[in-house]
Amino acid sequence: MGGRDTDIVLLDENGIRCDGRKVNETRKVTIKAGVLKNANGSAYIEFGDNKILVGVYGPRDVHPKHMSDTDTGILRCRYHMAPFSVGERKNPAPSRREVEISKVIKEALEPAVMLKEFPRTAVDVYMEVLQADGGTRCAALTGASVALADAGIPMRDLVAGCAAGKAADAVILDVNNEEDQAGQADLPIGYMPNLKKITLLQLDGVLTPEEYKQCIEIGIDGCNQVYEIQKKALQDKFFASGEKQ
Amino acid sequence: MSDGLIIDQLKKNQILDLLKEGKRVDGRQFDEPRKLTIDIGVIPKAEGSARARLGDTEVVAGVKVQPERPFPDTGDKGMLICTAEILPIAHPSAETGPPQPPVVELARVTDRGIRESGMLDMKQLVLEKDKSVIGVFCDNAVTDHDGNLFDACSYASTAAINACKIPKYEMQDEKPVKIEGEFTEPPITTLPVSVTMAKIGDFIVVDPTIEEWGIMDARITITSNSDGNVVALQKGGSDGFTQEELIKCAELSVKVGSKIREIIKQSK
Repeated sequence: MGGRDTDIVLLDENGIRCDGRKVNETRKVTIKAGVLKNANGSAYIEFGDNKILVGVYGPRDVHPKHMSDTDTGILRCRYHMAPFSVGERKNPAPSRREVEISKVIKEALEPAVMLKEFPRTAVDVYMEVLQADGGTRCAALTGASVALADAGIPMRDLVAGCAAGKAADAVILDVNNEEDQAGQADLPIGYMPNLKKITLLQLDGVLTPEEYKQCIEIGIDGCNQVYEIQKKALQDKFFASGEKQ
Repeated sequence: MSDGLIIDQLKKNQILDLLKEGKRVDGRQFDEPRKLTIDIGVIPKAEGSARARLGDTEVVAGVKVQPERPFPDTGDKGMLICTAEILPIAHPSAETGPPQPPVVELARVTDRGIRESGMLDMKQLVLEKDKSVIGVFCDNAVTDHDGNLFDACSYASTAAINACKIPKYEMQDEKPVKIEGEFTEPPITTLPVSVTMAKIGDFIVVDPTIEEWGIMDARITITSNSDGNVVALQKGGSDGFTQEELIKCAELSVKVGSKIREIIKQSK
């Protein structure tokens, strides 16, 4: 990590982080499914101060046509940050970072979506980051799974996202913006809790083999917590009238 | 990269059948990388350079060093940027034009491995704080593609940066002026080495060839440093890994990486 110099105390003597959390605590996550009229499926997620809107279109015809596959449907993902989502205005054109994140999120969702059911079609997932505060790829992935489920697309599991990392020499869960900038490591994880498979994993920063194991351990724990909130969002939408599942 | 390569289901079945017997298509062990050769100083005009051949995959890395204006928030550190491109001579599927997502990923993963390891002590690359710093640019050109470009670029970059010479500069009237013929050694703190593993069915193999790359279910690239710590990681491909697999992969990467690091050290 950058290890940028800062005056912020990342972890005080009582083990409390700069935003008041304990080391193994996630930020507050709220998800609402079905927030857009035109999209086939959608979700709005707040992951701490991250605010992300996801819309899913499809399965639908593929344009350009040469991208279509006779054996399977294809998944296309776009992760995009609004110019006003960060401190200094971001150029609205897709950056190399956004291209890469779109690709890793696509590869994190593919194992969950049963694309073989829809040959020659595309499912498009658009993730718009309206406000960013560290951990946007995990938050966008989390919202995208809910939006795909909301669109009624057959899935093997939901993918839940949560990062682990290291700041002030401690292993921490759900790295926020300050910890990302001034901390020592960031390890975003995407996890399918029922299938027990990790589908998104990146790391920047130095971890000993032991810390690496701990990060994966608590990261999966964080994903399991996020998973419960994902399920609740879908239940709230589809059983809102008081029916029980 | 793999997206353009069509290898039919028969090929996949054949590779999987072999793996079940404990064999790989080219006869290697599961944890055995291809033969790595590194030649340094292949581009004398560059301040550092290396040609890495990993089996039939070939990458030329060149390091240029020049004074730069620092970014406003990092005026007390030098600058380090790694890039990678696949030249159209490297493979029939390689295209000219703006880089496609797999190439952007290759460049960013290569950069991350070097950067996050802290290979260069950037604080030693400052000419005058907030005014002028030394920029180290390591550009990788893939000239022949036989799979696993991530590792080939990692080895070429590490070898080229490790062997580079930093020209001496003097500040005159707030401008850096090069002192001809004088060089210093780069402030190397560690040698990062990536190891990419492909998951094919339930098998994990190190350093996939282009055939294995085309049919793999998922891959993971783990970069470790000289102390045996993990410094960068990237999962790719359309399947996932279990927790146990990830721990095994990290151990494998550190083990295989330490042998590769020796080859890079000896190349200097």
